[in-house]
Amino acid sequence: MSAITSSRPVAVFMKGIVKKFPGVVANDGIDFRILKGEIHSLLGENGAGKTTLMNILSGFYQPDAGGILIDGRRVTFRSPKDALDHGIGMIHQHFQLVSNFTVAENIILGVPGPIRLDMGLLEKRVAELSDQYGLAIDARTRIHELSVGEQQRVEILRMLFRKVNILIMDEPTAVLAPQEIERLFATMRRIKDEGRSIVFITHKLEEVLEVSDYITVLRRGKVMSTVRPEKVREKDGVVSTELARMMVGREIILEVGKKSIKTKKALLEAKNLSVRGDRGELAVRDVSFSVRVGEIFAILGVAGNGQRELVEALVGLRPIEKGRILLEDEEIANHFDRISYVPEDRTSRGSVPDLSVFENFALTHRRLFSKGPFLSWKTVAEESRKLISKFNIAAASPTMKARQLSGGNLQKLILAREFFQSPYLLVAEQPTHGLDIGATEEVWQALLRQREQGAILLVSGDIKEALSLADSILVMFRGQVMDIISCDDEKGLERIGPLMAGLETKK
Amino acid sequence: MRVNLRKRLKPLPWPRYLITPASILAALILGVFLFLWVGVSPFRAYLEIFRGAFGSFYNFSEVLVRATPLILCGLSVALAGKMLIWNIGAEGQLVMGGIAGAGVALFLSPFIPGHLTIPAMILAGFLGGALWGFIPGLLRARFQVNEIITSLLLNYVAILWLEHLYFGPWRDPAGRGFPGTAMLPDMAWFPRLFGTRIHLGLLMGLIAASLIWFLLAYTRWGYEIRVVGANFRAAEYARMNITRSILWVMVLSGGLAGLAGIGETAGIHYRLQQGLAVGNGYVGIIVAWLGRLRPGSVVVIAVLLGGLMVGGDQVQISLHVPSAISLALEGAILFCVLGGQIFQEYQLHIESKSTGTRKSKVRRLTRVGWRGTGKPDEAVDRAKEGRLKTDP
Repeated sequence: MSAITSSRPVAVFMKGIVKKFPGVVANDGIDFRILKGEIHSLLGENGAGKTTLMNILSGFYQPDAGGILIDGRRVTFRSPKDALDHGIGMIHQHFQLVSNFTVAENIILGVPGPIRLDMGLLEKRVAELSDQYGLAIDARTRIHELSVGEQQRVEILRMLFRKVNILIMDEPTAVLAPQEIERLFATMRRIKDEGRSIVFITHKLEEVLEVSDYITVLRRGKVMSTVRPEKVREKDGVVSTELARMMVGREIILEVGKKSIKTKKALLEAKNLSVRGDRGELAVRDVSFSVRVGEIFAILGVAGNGQRELVEALVGLRPIEKGRILLEDEEIANHFDRISYVPEDRTSRGSVPDLSVFENFALTHRRLFSKGPFLSWKTVAEESRKLISKFNIAAASPTMKARQLSGGNLQKLILAREFFQSPYLLVAEQPTHGLDIGATEEVWQALLRQREQGAILLVSGDIKEALSLADSILVMFRGQVMDIISCDDEKGLERIGPLMAGLETKK
Repeated sequence: MRVNLRKRLKPLPWPRYLITPASILAALILGVFLFLWVGVSPFRAYLEIFRGAFGSFYNFSEVLVRATPLILCGLSVALAGKMLIWNIGAEGQLVMGGIAGAGVALFLSPFIPGHLTIPAMILAGFLGGALWGFIPGLLRARFQVNEIITSLLLNYVAILWLEHLYFGPWRDPAGRGFPGTAMLPDMAWFPRLFGTRIHLGLLMGLIAASLIWFLLAYTRWGYEIRVVGANFRAAEYARMNITRSILWVMVLSGGLAGLAGIGETAGIHYRLQQGLAVGNGYVGIIVAWLGRLRPGSVVVIAVLLGGLMVGGDQVQISLHVPSAISLALEGAILFCVLGGQIFQEYQLHIESKSTGTRKSKVRRLTRVGWRGTGKPDEAVDRAKEGRLKTDP
């Protein structure tokens, strides 16, 4: 297979792509080549720039610099229509279907044709296409009656109907059950065998290894490398740590040397916990663990393996399907006020960008700072001024808008706020994601200081962060606990990479 | 050449508070063409409008009379808008406030001590409007029913009630067929100022504006309202009781519009009649938007729009221009101010030459789709731009 791939002609060449958004460079001079008849995986963490790059290729965004060559000719896409006219189509993570239209109506949507639609003929063509690619679906069903997996098939059919040569799929497996994933891969291979190309966006390593001909790893808007899966596959274990390192980008350092925890008293306990995800799938399956007083307990895993749903259940933002969560032997439902939460999503969950720094500081301490129904802004401003200097937050004044802070300073503001009342338990989700090294160090220091006050549940996708901070590490994969490893266990630590990638089986 | 909008990477190069005045100026320039078109000197027309509105004490008093219901309705819409709740029902809430207040004056005043009549009417007016705000509020908070639709439709219900009452059971038997209730008793008339038509309603509007400002700036609930409006997910994260807030905001919002209703009834008409539902509730939406949902700005905008209306009537008489001119000018101002707000976040980008694809070539390259070329899918980008969902 590999011999053929290398001699295939280039279908699309994206050259020097730069795309800036306010405050971020999403794509920083990316070169990306798609050959005819290949499945090319785009691998990277959240925010690495994968989706942005593909949104450019499919005409949703225009690049700030760089260009796209198709068959050696330069093209400019002003809209997804232009890209579709060139045979490039994208299936987004959130499907673009009209839910009370039928399958056939959705497939015809936006395609110019005769004024009188011959639905019978159309339905026949859809049936032919679905037979041809093993995408069983009834053209007359309405979208809202279909499962997510079936809706995805409609999206694929729609692209096939338009005869795209390059099909971009943004995290198509995130919403599928394992058997459905196998079916999807079979369809993808069939499309590939016809000489068409597929760009497969994902952050799941094992899928990448299974299906792709080429892998391009993106990190912080740049291409880290482009490799063939065979090259990284020599030994099963070695593979993914190497890919993981390219994704995460830091050398894995094994310098832990933290005092072990003396007390055995459990502060937080999760017992056989199951939680459903946004689409009703079981995102967390039968998870049990306990966090002891004075400990940093890390939940480590590649993004999208159920950590977010687990955390939301812990802090009461998502209902529990099955199992129990106990805080000091009592049901957690009555004690959410004793848990502080530093969400991954700093701007859309953890803060209100349009309000000032001190107003943001009051967000989770409203009762503390009010006398009767009135908020005492003077006290809030005084306290935030103190915290600004204590946490070294670069804010000109507390009246500055939160959106004017850099990512690192905003994160420090949120940490300062959540540490303020010395919480029993601090849940910190990807606390250093997107921060530079200096800010990362400061956040880590703050977390280590806080550890002595109570306990911290750290959710991270970054192995180095987990190893540097945690006393115990729980590795999560596909919503399940792969293993819980103590940081004194040198042998165990080596297994973390393969466990994260799901290459080693569950204990 | 192609013109499109791009998101600003850097903030606006000049202060944002200049955007609104600049937009109003742009609207007035558009108005110049309007006046030229109907054959009137724009300079004279603007001068007449200005003189008509602010030229004398009496004229200005009429502006304030006109502005009174606009202030209260503008506050009603603005308060709910702070929470991203769109109260299109101020008109109906105003009517219900008028009905409730007039009902108290007509039927209960014999049982109320004289000096308590007016306070009782104000309370009834507030509660009448509050009830009409509570219904869409409850539906929205508990069942996620879109409040834009429910509050709008309730307007018609309220207006039909009003008509039913003054044509039917509440009709003045001594009115010789005139559609309207009997005059309110004397002690129910709102006091007026210095022989003008300025009445107690203006004071209520100004007090309400200060209270709403204080509520939003200095109370915990006001802060929560602002957080819910600015970032719904953060409000959830901070464990705010969003359902309860929506409910109470709609009650308060309806009550404010209800006060406008009792003000018009007891301060101007002295009876329930056709002139109560003249669209003040809808103009309130414009006032709230132009005032960018700020209580203080709402007062200023209400007075300015009131001035435009009174001044517009003046040019209509003195220069014989159609009455639609002042409405058109109002529309131009709204259009320019709302349009101007786009430039806070976006900038114009002009591409000089077309480097795009030619259709004929495209068709040759790929025969796509049902017949010929494909069309872009629905505007997905809007969702990507991250417009917040507000459903709890």
